[in-house]
Amino acid sequence: MNPWNHDVAKDENDLVDVQVDGVWTRMPRGLNVVEVAQRAKKFIPHYCYHPKLSVVGNCRMCLFEMGTPKMGPDRKPVLGQDGKPEIAWMPRPQIGCATNITPGMGIKTDSPLVKDCRNGVMEFLLINHPLDCTICDQAGECKLQEYSVEYGTGESRFIENKVKKPKNVDLGARIVLDDERCILCSRCVRFSSEVMKDDVLGFVNRGSHSTLTAYPGKSFDNAYSLNTVDICPVGALTSKDFRFQMRVWFLKETKSICTSCGTGCNVTIGSREGKVHRLTPRENEAVNSLWMCDFGRLNFHFLESKDRLHRPLLRAAGEQFPGTWADAIQRSADGLKKVKPEDIAVVASGRLTLEELFVLKRLVTELGVTRVDTVLNLGQADNFLRSGDGNPNRRGTELLGLSSGGRKLGSWGAEIESGKIKALLVTGGEDVVAAGISAASLAKLELLIVSGISVHETTRMAHVVLPGAAFAEKTGSMVNVYGRLQRMTRAVPPPGEAREEWTILRDLRIALTGGNSLHSVEDVWKSMAAEVSQFSGLSWAKIGDLGIQIESVSQPAESVTG
Amino acid sequence: MAITQHRLIFKHIDAPGYTRDIACYRKHGGYEMLKKGLGMGGAAIREEVKKSQLRGRGGAGFPTGTKWGFIDPSKVTKPIYLICNADESEPGTFKDRQIIYKDPHQLIEGMILSCFANGVKLAYLYIRCEFTEGWRILETALAEAKAAGFLGKDILKSGYDLEIHVHRGAGAYICGEETGLIESLEGKRAYPRIKPPYFPAVLGLYMCPTIVNNVETLCNVRHIVEMGGDAYAKIGRPNNTGTRLLCVSGDVVRPGYYEFPCGAVTLGQLIYDVCGGIRNGRKLKAVIPGGSSAKVLRAGETYKMKAKDIHGNTVDREVRLEDLPMDFDSLAAAGSMAGSGGVIVMDDTRDMVECLANISAFYAHESCGQCTPCREGVLWLKKILARIAEGHGKEDDPALLRDVADRIAGRTICAFGEAAAWPVQSFIGKFKEEFQIRIRRNGTAAKTDTVSLTH
Ligand SMILES: Cc1cc2nc3c(=O)[nH]c(=O)nc-3n(C[C@H](O)[C@H](O)[C@H](O)COP(=O)(O)O)c2cc1C
Ligand code: SF4
Ligand code: SF4
Ligand code: SF4
Ligand code: FES
Repeated sequence: MNPWNHDVAKDENDLVDVQVDGVWTRMPRGLNVVEVAQRAKKFIPHYCYHPKLSVVGNCRMCLFEMGTPKMGPDRKPVLGQDGKPEIAWMPRPQIGCATNITPGMGIKTDSPLVKDCRNGVMEFLLINHPLDCTICDQAGECKLQEYSVEYGTGESRFIENKVKKPKNVDLGARIVLDDERCILCSRCVRFSSEVMKDDVLGFVNRGSHSTLTAYPGKSFDNAYSLNTVDICPVGALTSKDFRFQMRVWFLKETKSICTSCGTGCNVTIGSREGKVHRLTPRENEAVNSLWMCDFGRLNFHFLESKDRLHRPLLRAAGEQFPGTWADAIQRSADGLKKVKPEDIAVVASGRLTLEELFVLKRLVTELGVTRVDTVLNLGQADNFLRSGDGNPNRRGTELLGLSSGGRKLGSWGAEIESGKIKALLVTGGEDVVAAGISAASLAKLELLIVSGISVHETTRMAHVVLPGAAFAEKTGSMVNVYGRLQRMTRAVPPPGEAREEWTILRDLRIALTGGNSLHSVEDVWKSMAAEVSQFSGLSWAKIGDLGIQIESVSQPAESVTG
Repeated sequence: MAITQHRLIFKHIDAPGYTRDIACYRKHGGYEMLKKGLGMGGAAIREEVKKSQLRGRGGAGFPTGTKWGFIDPSKVTKPIYLICNADESEPGTFKDRQIIYKDPHQLIEGMILSCFANGVKLAYLYIRCEFTEGWRILETALAEAKAAGFLGKDILKSGYDLEIHVHRGAGAYICGEETGLIESLEGKRAYPRIKPPYFPAVLGLYMCPTIVNNVETLCNVRHIVEMGGDAYAKIGRPNNTGTRLLCVSGDVVRPGYYEFPCGAVTLGQLIYDVCGGIRNGRKLKAVIPGGSSAKVLRAGETYKMKAKDIHGNTVDREVRLEDLPMDFDSLAAAGSMAGSGGVIVMDDTRDMVECLANISAFYAHESCGQCTPCREGVLWLKKILARIAEGHGKEDDPALLRDVADRIAGRTICAFGEAAAWPVQSFIGKFKEEFQIRIRRNGTAAKTDTVSLTH
């Protein structure tokens, strides 16, 4: 996925001796000094270096003092009293990002010279910087701020006029650039050209007047452009969506996954007081590395949409009226009881969590319903992260035997028309009208129960609408198209009376069968792990923040199309 | 007393009746060395170059034989490229253009020999964009050489093929830095590369082994083939062999370009004898001996140098500025450098504040802007100096200038950092009182809230 992975050693077991700040240690051969220092718990500050991009060495923040073993007349290293090589230190500092370790190398990360180098770079970076932190979105997560505190002097000797550069530059559909804040590290340029193969960014002018810009006549809006906002060490690149919305230090961070496609990029949800403000990618080399697509990143505003379902709705005299959860569950259960199991069809959504699907499976089994299928939700795959599968948990529906890949669903319209299907339960907010069952057909149903998130054609036809929780509002797990089991965690509560769908399905089950042994999502997980071989022996704790591979799917099944 | 030059490279330049066409060049023995070289074989030429102890004339004085030795044509599987650096942009330097304009075939012959010696099949001649006429001259000369069978396929029936392309520079000083040049040749901004890992000999043009040599250096190869390395090494002084083209500008009676064996003339002889002394009967104040980036030398200075006494022991010797031999090692020992051979002479009317402000303005304009200390620091230097020159200097400005320069040199991607810092370090170090006087004279007028109008 990445052209470079400087943080990964070629061979973790091929170790060489290096001395870091006076202490000898063994580190994998070929790693660069920034990475080695990190592993030795000696942080070397850096701006331009990024483990997934080519090394250009332009910021000079990572300068360190380097030494090599002193050679004796016999061309062998001279050993000191400790039996380790004596080190000859070079007078000039070297850059850690472009220096790979060799046996016997000496590394000083905080000598007086190194400190002076960093202090110098900090001063240089700030002399022409606008210092408009008070109105800058990066404040609070800005490397210029952080390193200033850590390595700067806190005062300026610069009394000349600052260089003026363009501000508020519209770089593309989703990004605004402030050239005065740009420290010219070229991370964004390299990301776009090396990872996205989109050579659209570059510098013009020389010296201190150097300016980042998009190629004349082009705009910077490839499908992954917002990742540059993340890797920009300063507030030069800002997301139009997030800028001026919220101070980052107020954001609660919740580890979760993106559910906008089958890849399930790992994300951090930034929220405050029940409102999601942004999604940012969370590093997971097995899934998305450090990146996510712009579509997935911005696909959370529907959480706040006025179309969200806040309360249960019950149909009476041809119209839907708000009702209580008790009435809605009772009405659903009563309705389902009146219909023979063979006349019932259930849409098991690939957007539900495994836990929700498992409760649904229990329900379906207990009722004796066999007409169960998923909606495909095909999307546009790209050649990078985005999967053609719009369902984040299609694999989950398959593992639980709740999908026939949309084959059954294809004939349900006709079966409703012919009276074979009398009741339909739709989960996960699926819009079956969009999936090919006409509203006219739905009108013929004796019972249509829809548990969903937002209003659409299908919910409008429903006899009972059960408002559910969307991705950021619920806790559970999913299996992505590559067979990786991953956790998601609730960041904000669902709106109004809406509930996580597993509790809706649980209550429906109680109303129908009278029994329940599932009191928490963990309970659901435990029962599922006991029943489904792929999950046996696994606990939530074991899944961890980065998920685990439960099967290996090299070719993600975009083939579901056929 | 006029000292006679030893013209090797400049032998025919400005000679009456000498023209730059191939017929004239051949009439004077041109391309005979190509025939000789092709007969010797590449390894033999490389051996002679090594024996000659030739050092690069582009600025750093790196031994050419060693540079070539990094590449073993018999082992390399990728193409090997050779680039002639004809970007000549260091202020005070105007030697390469004489060769290009007046004797282009000498350069082409030197290039073909160097390419042949190193197994190069494709070479580039990167010429400073402002040399418009020079570019046309080179294109014509290359066409002539090709028509005569000295370039192209199967050169002189030797089985050796070579193409040389002229590439016009991108109009920036940094295009002369060899890795910036390579980037520029690849069609990109002339951003110098980090070394390691991008040493031209390993990962040069198109990530292939590449030799970059200056115009004058490559011309010398022709003469080394003619004389043999040992004989060439007898010209000049040990470790400072061959002749050196010197470009003298500034306040002398006869500024111009001269050629002497390395170290054969002293700085004093060059200024007073060769160039007729300081103009208008004035006195020498300072001299920059190797292009504007070299550290300035102040009249009246003496330098401690190592020398051998009659018993062969190394002893310290005091050498006056006037007695400094014009060679690599002596100028380095004096704390400056032979650099690009551009000798800039300043008389006692020159205002050192203005001189340095002028030099710094050049470097601020030419910094490529890639790395932090140079990009930000050099413009800062320029702004402080402009402010002092405009009469708004502050007491601690000299110390600040010094400090800023110290934090640039040695911490940048390419040697431009030093090129910009050295003048500041040396001017402030050697003429501190001039800066102080200038600042104090304007002291009452100086307002810290008044800032330079020059950006
Ligand atoms: C900022 C800078 C500018 C340079 N400009 C030139 C130049 O114009 N011409 C040149 O021959 N070398 C120039 N050099 C030196 C080249 O990098 C390189 O060392 C030289 O071309 C090698 O040739 P030589 O070994 O024959 O001297 C420059 C170096 C620096 C750092
Ligand atoms: S915009 Fe940000 S990432 Fe891009 S070069 Fe400037 S500072 Fe670096
Ligand atoms: S690739 Fe898929 S999972 Fe990843 S961010 Fe985009 S939509 Fe979300
Ligand atoms: S030292 Fe100056 S010229 Fe050289 S790479 Fe850095 S900014 Fe560019
Ligand atoms: S991190 Fe920027 S130079 Fe190394």
